[in-house]
Amino acid sequence: MTVRTAGRILIGIAAFALVWLLLWADYRAAQVEKGGPGFQAAFELTDHQGMIRTQEDFAGRWMLVFFGFTNCPDVCPTTLAEVAAVMEGLGDDAARVQPLFISVDPERDTPSMLAEFVPRFDARLVGLTGTPEQIDRTADSFHIYYEKVEQAAAPGGYAIGHSSQLFLFGPDGAYVQSWSYGTPVAEILAGLKRQMPS
Amino acid sequence: MKHVARSTLVALLLTPVLATGALAGSEDVVVENAWSRASIGTSRPGAAYMEIRNAGDEAVTLTGLQSDLAMMSEIHRVTTDARGVSTMAPAGAIVIAPEETVAVAPGVMHVMLMHLRRPMQEGESFPLTLTFLDGGEVTVAVPVLGIAARGPEG
Repeated sequence: MTVRTAGRILIGIAAFALVWLLLWADYRAAQVEKGGPGFQAAFELTDHQGMIRTQEDFAGRWMLVFFGFTNCPDVCPTTLAEVAAVMEGLGDDAARVQPLFISVDPERDTPSMLAEFVPRFDARLVGLTGTPEQIDRTADSFHIYYEKVEQAAAPGGYAIGHSSQLFLFGPDGAYVQSWSYGTPVAEILAGLKRQMPS
Repeated sequence: MKHVARSTLVALLLTPVLATGALAGSEDVVVENAWSRASIGTSRPGAAYMEIRNAGDEAVTLTGLQSDLAMMSEIHRVTTDARGVSTMAPAGAIVIAPEETVAVAPGVMHVMLMHLRRPMQEGESFPLTLTFLDGGEVTVAVPVLGIAARGPEG
């Protein structure tokens, strides 16, 4: 094989990889926009008590899932407080709903860090974390984004930008709907009551 | 530190002005409905919220905040993009037009209290001083509510 042929082959492979990458990025963006029909909650993480948990553990219940990190001073405590208010507002129906807070800060959020933070908002809340690889996989499967943002004064020198929606999954683990950050509690409650047959 | 030094310099320069009572604007600033959430220990940053109203007829510029509770206090703005990704960044100086109220509220802006010197305990309150470009200062007592508080009413 001449050097020239080898070069052509390499260029061919590179071009193919580029096209594939562009198509894949496009496909991912489209999936996030639609929320993706048939998109199922899937994860294997450690909860704030140190137990390994997967979506199977919550099968048969509705799941309210949101992402954050415990060093977050505004968006995360606000969402946690709102989810606590939603649980309160559900009354007896709350037993059919499992709220899950998934950390996107695996380096700082150990299970014990979550244990001293998450249940303070509502005892029914479960905090989940994992290795950086597990969190990456979870983010992929939920089609969410997170990225470190340098912030000199923050603990560890960084904060995290992350998807701030609240996601609802049905008792079969299938995606149902999401609410953007800042949606009033009453609206979330009304939506939940519409979705959950009594 | 640079920031503190600058504020002190501005304050020093403006002291004579202050003394003669010719301060423009910031004496008409009213801070209302201040609140914050309790913290767990001191390792995580805290946040405080309030409404800052300019009751005067000249624009005022909020340039900084100080509190003995935290080594550094700064207003941060939260932005959420089309994908639903929220990030926060320092808001910088905030100009408040006459008769305008700036809401430092969850999901919009917060006073980020960095490097807490003591835990924020429910039921207590702490003083927070807002510094304006004209050298004026407004100090407000910020009540610490429960960790799951959602507004000034709790």
